[in-house]
Amino acid sequence: MTLHDLTTILPFLIVIVWACVLLLVDLFIPGDKKGWTAFLAAAGLVAGLAAAVQQLGMQEEAFGGMIIVDGYTAVLHILFLGVGLFAVMQSYDYIRRKGIERGEYYILLLFTLSGMMLMANAGDLIVVFLALELLSLPLYILAGFARPDLQSEEAAIKYFLLGAFASGFVVYGIALIFGATMTTSLAGIVAAANSPSVLMLLGSGLFLVGLGFKVAAVPFHMWTPDVYQGAPSAVTAFMSVGAKAGGFAALLRVFVSAFPELASYWGPLAMWIAALTMAWGNIAAIAQSNIKRMLAYSSIAHAGYVLVALPAAANAVVAPEAIRAALFYLIGYAFTNLGAWAVVLTLERTEGEGLEIEDYAGLGEKQPALALAMAIFMLSLMGMPLTVGFIGKFYIFRAAIDAGLVWLALVGVVTSLISAYYYLRVVVVMYMKSGEPQIRSEGWLKIAVLLTALGTLFFGVLPGLLLEFAGQAQFLSFIP
Amino acid sequence: MIEPKIILTLVTFAPLLGVLVILVLPRGRHNAIRSVALIASLITFVVSILMLLQFDRADGDLQLVARANWFQLAGVNIEYYLGVDGLSVLLVLLTTFLTPIAILSTWTAVEERVKEFMIFFLLLEIGMVGVFLALDLFLFYVFWEFTLVPMYFLIGIWGGPRRIYAAIKFFLYTMAGSILMLLAILWLGLHFDSFAVPDLIAEGNIPGNIQTWLFLAFAAAFAIKVPMWPLHSWLPDAHVEAPTAGSVILAGVLLKMGTYGFLRFNIPLFPDAAVRFAPWVALLAVIGILYGAAVSYAQKDVKKLVAYSSVSHLGFVMLGLFALNSQGIQGGILQMVNHGLSTGALFLLVGMLYERRHTREMDAFGGLWKIMPVYGALTLIVTLSSMGLPGLNGFVGEFTVLLGSFNSEALGSPLFAGFAAVGVILAAIYLLYMFQKLFLGPADKDENKRLKDLNWREIAILVPILLLIFWIGLYPKPFFELMAPSVDKVMAVLQAVTMAVR
Repeated sequence: MTLHDLTTILPFLIVIVWACVLLLVDLFIPGDKKGWTAFLAAAGLVAGLAAAVQQLGMQEEAFGGMIIVDGYTAVLHILFLGVGLFAVMQSYDYIRRKGIERGEYYILLLFTLSGMMLMANAGDLIVVFLALELLSLPLYILAGFARPDLQSEEAAIKYFLLGAFASGFVVYGIALIFGATMTTSLAGIVAAANSPSVLMLLGSGLFLVGLGFKVAAVPFHMWTPDVYQGAPSAVTAFMSVGAKAGGFAALLRVFVSAFPELASYWGPLAMWIAALTMAWGNIAAIAQSNIKRMLAYSSIAHAGYVLVALPAAANAVVAPEAIRAALFYLIGYAFTNLGAWAVVLTLERTEGEGLEIEDYAGLGEKQPALALAMAIFMLSLMGMPLTVGFIGKFYIFRAAIDAGLVWLALVGVVTSLISAYYYLRVVVVMYMKSGEPQIRSEGWLKIAVLLTALGTLFFGVLPGLLLEFAGQAQFLSFIP
Repeated sequence: MIEPKIILTLVTFAPLLGVLVILVLPRGRHNAIRSVALIASLITFVVSILMLLQFDRADGDLQLVARANWFQLAGVNIEYYLGVDGLSVLLVLLTTFLTPIAILSTWTAVEERVKEFMIFFLLLEIGMVGVFLALDLFLFYVFWEFTLVPMYFLIGIWGGPRRIYAAIKFFLYTMAGSILMLLAILWLGLHFDSFAVPDLIAEGNIPGNIQTWLFLAFAAAFAIKVPMWPLHSWLPDAHVEAPTAGSVILAGVLLKMGTYGFLRFNIPLFPDAAVRFAPWVALLAVIGILYGAAVSYAQKDVKKLVAYSSVSHLGFVMLGLFALNSQGIQGGILQMVNHGLSTGALFLLVGMLYERRHTREMDAFGGLWKIMPVYGALTLIVTLSSMGLPGLNGFVGEFTVLLGSFNSEALGSPLFAGFAAVGVILAAIYLLYMFQKLFLGPADKDENKRLKDLNWREIAILVPILLLIFWIGLYPKPFFELMAPSVDKVMAVLQAVTMAVR
């Protein structure tokens, strides 16, 4: 381990070391002043963000190839840290009013974030697994953070059991791949796998299943609605954006850069998974009356849209653009979805009420600004122009058509049409039904809604900056 | 004179000024909000007149072009690209002309949430003008989809009893068509590395079988919007539930976005497919003419009758466009304007009646001529214009369309024109039937006896439309002159294809 190794993983290092330090510091912060932990956690994230921005444009390996720092890593790190900051902002008041304000909350958040960041750094399957566990374990705890609330506990145990199951798939897949290639390093696999062997195929298949669980792709999505509904809303908001992006970070990197020889196998498979995910997520969302469940199915559907990039990337010529499209989509989705969840948090009441879509009745008249923001998020989720959601879909379907997958793009637009139905229902209830919605007036939450709404609109009208940023997401090439 | 490069941007975004002012006004000050909206739309109209003054009618090319890079996506420039030519200039003017009229018509009709209403209305105007001016496919799609959102709210918040159903149906139906167009736009962008329509037309050379698919994908979006039979079922719901001003704009302008789309994109971009599909489109158009007329006759609700008559009238527009000769296309464009004026006015008149009587059932009226003579006279003129009486605007448009389709090589048969002509007669039947039910006969219903005739505001709303109705009917030459050179350019593209086929 050299100094150079340490500087390459600086953003990750800052977050995880800061988490360990905070663990101790938190002991000395009195119970009624846990807000300090939040501020300290946020400060750590800002420091990590500064380090991550410094790494834009780097193309390097460290720790003997175990760690990769390239454009892809830097873009994802900035996304994760940004999402982390929003999560702190949204949790600050929420966990206090829920009566679950404990210092560990923010520390666990930092740990899971560091797992996501390591995911984007991984240049070796073992590191992928390590990152996956670092990402998942704190999230299991966070999902059950509202204990002794039964729903929250149920969510945690469900998430844990299925997550552990998924991890098993990943480990077994890695073992088979190791059996086929005698290595776990991504560069080594590229060099070793000349012809696709059965072991290799099975291994990569299991790997796809395991990560499919993490990103909530159909048919590995069963846990999502229950966990999203049961977990404290602020955790769900973070999970639906961060954990998903974390899963995709590994999925795209490993398949596109380490298994190019197998592309003719995983390409069609990913295509079907993407199509099914888009279709089922959107169709099942129609039937939901609870906003958390609706957004849960919606997040499954959006995993499907991101997944469109994977079969497109099976085509080596389209791959770089497909990766960028996927990252752009994830960033746009982060803005939109965090915003939508911030509105949900604003309307949620202490007893867990205010979570039915019907509870939004009259919001358009009584709280025009909040309703407008929610309408913008809904329009962005369905992919209407002038929102970042539209540019994301445009970009990702473009990649699909470029790769000759016109029918997959067709599934994408048709399912977007289906999604319009249930997103519009929220708008209908807000603007066209009358009611007396009760909202919380909390400073940080308001700022979160405002920032995400502005971001959703701004990058929908002038996406140039964000496109350029996502354009930096390049893989370090393993071909010598 | 305004700098030619920015005038189209001004026409498009002038209503935004009104939106910003309204945003800071307190919601209770209804009259101030209405006045601001009216002034903003009048300013937009004035700017559009300035645009007309700078427009060179002898030039068939795109004029007053504003072109700048918007952003780059995957190495392809997406441009902010506006331009106007003979195909679009009249439609832009129609939009800026009808919007202040529609706003004025809401003065007493919209009392709730006036602030939001006016904001949505002005935003809608931006979207509509943008649709007619955009020359980059991406930009066009943005404007196209953007018009959905304000119209959705206009129907859904201020509409009739079944407004939510109608609003969602309108939204989903239209979106269903446009997503297919989006795929076609993506394909074109990938194939040509550009979204600029004039560049795509200049490059041409899209293989025939792919043209078929692209034509159909664009046609799906436009045919739903027009609406062509059998994709029209959203229209009666949307019209009946929409507030009067919404109906005026919906019929007057939004439907023209569909016919304009065929003219601007389908015909010049995919001329090969357009020639092949022309008889089929014409067939649907003629079915629409006859079907719309027949269903109109069966209606008991005046507004529904007028709504279905739109299906019939827009059939004429489509028939004219797909005659694919210059007479047909010119007639089609003029008929778009005519329908905007006549049907817009009819919806205004129906709205005025509804405001007084709160019903639109024809059986509830009768003998209104004696009670409301001014209203009756104005309605008579508009009705006659709508059914195509010589001397009024409808006749000029329909006659030119019939002439064009009768001689059309692309259609290959005068039968289309023959059946369409039957539609003219049917229009006379259902419109006169409506007029008779409302105005003639004994005034035997007590509720109707106290109805007040039109006030000055309402007359002021209608008079500008009537002036144009007479102007186009008596002296249509300047209107044809505006569009002729651009129509000739479209014809040149088409002739190149028919030459190649031979």
